[in-house]
Amino acid sequence: MKTVEEIKAAIEAAVPGAGVEFVRNPGPAAEHSLRVAPASAVAVATFLRDDADLALDFLSNVSGVDWPDKEIAEKVKVTRTVTKTVDGVEQQMEETVDETRKRIEPGCLEAVYHLYSVAKKHGPLVIRMKTANRSDQVELPSFTPVWRSAEFQEREVFDLYGIIFAGHPDLRRLLMWEGFKDHPMRKDYVEPDDYEYEPTPHDHVLARAQEHKNRDQRTEIRDQGPGVA
Amino acid sequence: MAVDQNLKIELGKQGVLVTTIQELYNWGRRSSVWPMQFGLACCAIEMIATTMARYDLARFGAEVFRPSPRQADLMIVSGTVTKKMAPQVVRLYNQMAEPRYVIAMGACAISGGPFKQGYNVLKGIDRYIPVDVHIPGCPPRPEALLQAFITLQKKIDGQHLTGPDRPRYLDANAQGEFPVPERGEHDLEPTSNQGVWPVQIQGLRDYGQATAKRLTEN
Repeated sequence: MKTVEEIKAAIEAAVPGAGVEFVRNPGPAAEHSLRVAPASAVAVATFLRDDADLALDFLSNVSGVDWPDKEIAEKVKVTRTVTKTVDGVEQQMEETVDETRKRIEPGCLEAVYHLYSVAKKHGPLVIRMKTANRSDQVELPSFTPVWRSAEFQEREVFDLYGIIFAGHPDLRRLLMWEGFKDHPMRKDYVEPDDYEYEPTPHDHVLARAQEHKNRDQRTEIRDQGPGVA
Repeated sequence: MAVDQNLKIELGKQGVLVTTIQELYNWGRRSSVWPMQFGLACCAIEMIATTMARYDLARFGAEVFRPSPRQADLMIVSGTVTKKMAPQVVRLYNQMAEPRYVIAMGACAISGGPFKQGYNVLKGIDRYIPVDVHIPGCPPRPEALLQAFITLQKKIDGQHLTGPDRPRYLDANAQGEFPVPERGEHDLEPTSNQGVWPVQIQGLRDYGQATAKRLTEN
């Protein structure tokens, strides 16, 4: 198969204004991927499927990724002028100070597609799409019209992450029920707190058990077992 | 009223069978417990194996698995009960005719098992319906299911037809239908049937909401 850089060049030649971005994977697997602009994604996907060299006719996997808002602290060197008294004489001096600046990198939701070619026996090619944010602009184009196997997997991603796939023929929840409001795989999902005694609590379960124990001794919760300190 | 055991044996030697209505009645019930034919997860494979020739559940009178709850006496909850599936399981139980019994088979059915900390699995079917026998194991071997079945038969044998400890279906005032939980916006509503599950969940709910509030404020 062509390298990911070559595929990117091929896409840009075939689909004008495709907006494809190369995403390097720094790990030893070096499985680099292509980030596609949602506006041209269906055209790019159709090209990847129909191109004679690539013939990526099989969509193996659709994954969702939640990127929460990230606070980034940066140390910046700032030069400022200070007035100092040296040997009884006031002087204007330049001084360099370290300053920590915090900024919030807005989060987003991402859909990742793994493509293979059964005809050419090669793959995978990883393409991904990002939403604008993770609250109100969560729409991405659906690849179901291009690869039928995306149908259930996109439904699952919609169910668990809340990405709305425009153009999907039947976008309903797959695993959770109709009327369920949350998206359980998101990082900020708060699960219903119905903790009960576990014989081998560990890590965060131990912390939850301890909180329950401290909270109210009257409720008959079975969290007083020997495993819970 | 009980017959003297020695007299009974003596009469038996003479070819006279003496029994009580209660014994005869319980013998009849425990010898023809027909399970309902449904499985939920991998435990169902063990349940199927139990009914096949090698383990042969039919030896104990449970030879026919009925495909309708109307004809079944025993519900073997074999496997993970997801929150999406729980209302149907309760509804099936409601549709079974009395006398009816429940065996919760495997770690998931009795407590949520390895999925206990998940968001989508019910932490034990005994939150909604009364369970007669619990079987631990993941999955339990067919021998464990046979053991549970024999335990259930012993339980049936020990039941009285009259008196305060008579079974639910002989008590005209007893609750026969169990509320089917609704699928709510975040969880099943209610999260348990207070009539069968002793833990006070309401306190937990308030606490959960308080925790969620605290987390979002921080």
